[in-house]
Amino acid sequence: MGKLFAVVMVIITLVSAYFVVEHTWWMPVDISVHGPGVDRQLEETMLGTGILFILSQLLLAAFVFFADKKGPRKIKRFPGGPVPLVLSAVILVGIEILTLTFVGSKVWASIYFTPPDPNSLRVDLQAEQFAFWFRYAGPDGQFGTIHPDKISDGNGNYYGLDPANDVAARDDIVVGSLTIPVDKPILLTMHSKDMIHSFYVPELRIQQDIVPGLDIPIHFTATKTGKFEIVCTQLCGLGHYSMRAFLEVLPQDKFDEWLKTQSQ
Amino acid sequence: MDHEAAPSAVHHHSPPQGFIWKYIFSLDHKVIGKQYYFLSLLAVITGMVLSWLMRLHLAWGTAAIPLLDKLSPNGAPGGVMTPEYYLSLMTLHGTIMVFFVLTTAPQAGFGNYILPIQIGAEDMAFPRLNMLSFWVTFVSFVTLVSSLFVSDGPPISGWTAYAPLSALGSAGGPGLGRGQILWALAIATFCVGSLLGALNFIATTIDLRAKGMTLSRLPLTCWAWFITAILSLLAFAVLLPACVLLILDHIGGTSFFIPAGLVVSDALQPHAGGSPLLWQHLFWFFGHPEVYIAIVPGLGIVSNVLACTCRKPLLSYRVLVGCMIAIAFLSFTVWGHHMFLSGMSPYSGLTFSVPTLFITIPAAIVCLIWLGTVYGAKLRLNTFGLFAIGFISVFLTGGLSGFFLAQPSIDTYLHATYFVVGHFHFVMGVAAIFGMFTGTYFWFPKMFGRMMNETLGKIHFWLTFIGVYCIFMPMHYLGFAGNVRRYAAFTDDYMLPLIPVHKFITVAALTTGAVQLIFIFNLFWSMFRGKLASANPWEATELEWSTPSPPPFDNFGGQHPVVYRPPYEYNVEGATAEFIPQFTPDPVIKA
Amino acid sequence: MSESDVAMTESTWSGGALPYAISSKKLGMWLFIVADSITFGAMLVAYAYLRVASPDWPIPFKFNPSIINATVMTFVLLSSSITMVAAVQAAKEGRVRACVGWMAATMFGGVLFDILHIREWLGLIHEGVRLFQNPWGSPLFGASFFSLTGLHMTHVTLGVIYLAVVAIGFGRKKFSADDVEISGLYWHFVDLVWMFIFPLVYLISARLR
Repeated sequence: MGKLFAVVMVIITLVSAYFVVEHTWWMPVDISVHGPGVDRQLEETMLGTGILFILSQLLLAAFVFFADKKGPRKIKRFPGGPVPLVLSAVILVGIEILTLTFVGSKVWASIYFTPPDPNSLRVDLQAEQFAFWFRYAGPDGQFGTIHPDKISDGNGNYYGLDPANDVAARDDIVVGSLTIPVDKPILLTMHSKDMIHSFYVPELRIQQDIVPGLDIPIHFTATKTGKFEIVCTQLCGLGHYSMRAFLEVLPQDKFDEWLKTQSQ
Repeated sequence: MDHEAAPSAVHHHSPPQGFIWKYIFSLDHKVIGKQYYFLSLLAVITGMVLSWLMRLHLAWGTAAIPLLDKLSPNGAPGGVMTPEYYLSLMTLHGTIMVFFVLTTAPQAGFGNYILPIQIGAEDMAFPRLNMLSFWVTFVSFVTLVSSLFVSDGPPISGWTAYAPLSALGSAGGPGLGRGQILWALAIATFCVGSLLGALNFIATTIDLRAKGMTLSRLPLTCWAWFITAILSLLAFAVLLPACVLLILDHIGGTSFFIPAGLVVSDALQPHAGGSPLLWQHLFWFFGHPEVYIAIVPGLGIVSNVLACTCRKPLLSYRVLVGCMIAIAFLSFTVWGHHMFLSGMSPYSGLTFSVPTLFITIPAAIVCLIWLGTVYGAKLRLNTFGLFAIGFISVFLTGGLSGFFLAQPSIDTYLHATYFVVGHFHFVMGVAAIFGMFTGTYFWFPKMFGRMMNETLGKIHFWLTFIGVYCIFMPMHYLGFAGNVRRYAAFTDDYMLPLIPVHKFITVAALTTGAVQLIFIFNLFWSMFRGKLASANPWEATELEWSTPSPPPFDNFGGQHPVVYRPPYEYNVEGATAEFIPQFTPDPVIKA
Repeated sequence: MSESDVAMTESTWSGGALPYAISSKKLGMWLFIVADSITFGAMLVAYAYLRVASPDWPIPFKFNPSIINATVMTFVLLSSSITMVAAVQAAKEGRVRACVGWMAATMFGGVLFDILHIREWLGLIHEGVRLFQNPWGSPLFGASFFSLTGLHMTHVTLGVIYLAVVAIGFGRKKFSADDVEISGLYWHFVDLVWMFIFPLVYLISARLR
């Protein structure tokens, strides 16, 4: 039985590792400025844990293989007893932890601790059951005030704007997809009008919960043009699976054209 | 009062008479342990069936599932699940599995049965409280399942029940009114049952050890149950008020977890002032220790069984105990790693990431000590030995995937994807369950006086071991591809190519599920037709093997066992016997 | 090689003894107190979290009558703890009637505390404070106030019933002095919780001038 276990273990280990090494199912192409940092962190973690995974499973297989013998013999104590094992766990795992933390904290900081570019394009996001609504400030560069009591999906007033009394709200552009220019910093301020939702674009390597009662800013810069999916990743009700929008990254001139047509 | 203990006087109750007192409201820890075990078995079958329905829907979303329309004409008209039905199954699956299987069988099931015998006691410290704990837990289960029968169905907010979805009532969606209240009531009740049980375990381990059973001679199972009980005492005490506050948000009009200005279906909600993040803090402060409550008994059971399987002492008893204590202590410092992207200050990303990564060190040491024990062993691979060694493999796998999620910069990508689902299923849905299988195959002879069928057991092991890797390893790949979790269907463009992987997982899940029938059959058939078991069929060293199988009413037939040596003395150098039970007085080792 | 110590030194932790020199029942009560402390702690943490996060937390407790009333309640509860100490002492010395008398005094203190508390609640309700609103500010004030003090009042009330059962039982020689002492532990715990609630709920919301 032990020998069989060892063989099965080796097969499982190698097959599992194969699909990872081959990137058979893998992250989509990264299109963000901070993305390479995330990807590198992931690859490094993959390498470290991958080695540990293969090593530990194969060691287990080997030890079981050799311990599964019939007939009388003496048991063997692991050379050195527990001390070398404890030390190697503390040192090796400790070093890995410290490395990952130091490097990873820089990646984390690049997403959350770098201040947004003062020239960012500001976009608002209102999440609701089960749609994302994006808002641009319009030619006046000002966002109108959000009035929860005026929010009405039925009337298409997703932000609860009051253009009659609020000058800044009159030229706000509210659309169902996020259109942005390439290579321009974007500052996205997110609100939710009902449940906790989440903004996730795998290609942008960014994900952030949108919590009602909080205004949550995230910023990023897209480096490639194209059309990508924005999906909600925080369970928000029965339509959670279908809550999605599109991110369209356009060249700057096409974006300017688009914005102009929206303002009309 | 001094330290004098008169064990027989502490709780001397005579054998019960009558069916009700013998089997229903029994005060005997052995009966209560079995009651917990069978409740867990019912729960795991229920939870597994729910998961089959979920997996069928994910793989073949438009297909009609036979009989489902009869069972739930509203939830699955024509046999095709609505999204809210899927979510309610998912909520019940998670809740039932985490609470009624993982928190119940390893601790209250095996612990109740075995702990008193292993420490040489007649029963737990508080037998009546023990009986009460079980029935409170049973009522909790009934309350939870009753949510299936209210008009709107069970809640759809997941076992984590994040607010405001879980707090706004039926405005938020189906099942979130009465269903959510029943959920919160059930969980609050479960907390009470667990707290009473934890109290009992701690007092029993401290006060009722037999003469000579020092703390350093306690089997690792007892250490695990003791540490888990302390974790339970502290963690469930936080979940209880959290559930009460949630119920108040429903029926008292309070807004503990609901901020102002929410608009649902164009109706402005009358709540103000609360914080959804408060629920997350309270829940996860409980939730993280909870997953260690689920796994630590398994660590104890595997350690205990490994020595018997390897026919050698554990490489280091003290290190294993120290690691379990370290894991338990650290488990209270890491809850924020469930909340990296929650909207908390980004600084908390670092403060929670560091202890989360550090907790891998004692966990790694435990695995290495086990590996070091298997090294040079004389393996006797019964089914329980196979499951114990299988546990090491799956615990390693599940633990290593945690490395990714512990880092907020990577969690940015992997949060709420199937990577997380794969990770926690490996550690909880596989490793912890393997711990339960190990315990079942190991202690079945003691509990039922008969032997289980080894051939069926081995077939069960092989098919299950390969099956669980087939089910849960691909989930990590799905996570890398960005497959979001808790989706009732995969309609997004980038997820469509992943559906074949889901089909594979579903087939693996249904097959592995079917394999469990072998175990169920073996379990029940052996209870009545298995070969009669001797007192110590596995030639193990702990105290429970000194008494007949099954033990008499007061465990030791009026004797008061005395303990002379630590456990796990297999193939000790210089000894003539192959194994030396703890209750053997003659010193056989020349110093 | 195993780590056995064949020569065993006798100590209270070697098994067959009670390491903490208290009965298991008393240890059980201590463990219950630990768990209950954490429950109250979680409630207080939730209250603190919401209070700090709210810009409009009311400060409604005027010195007269609110703070005076709360101070009297504190004095009553503290006194009842003192009578409980006397009850436990009497029980240990075997003076059954004295013990039952002191326990009755303790229960009286508990009931008086409850009455004063309900009176205060009724006053607040009359002023418009509910679980979900109040006339002065954040609606969470009423929610946290009633839930915190309500949980405590429930503990006091259940404690009075518990003390009654123990007192009657001790009077009939069915319970021991140890049982009296265990009930005393619970009572002191309930008093201790109030010593947190009084400053954290009342005193820091006191409107002085």
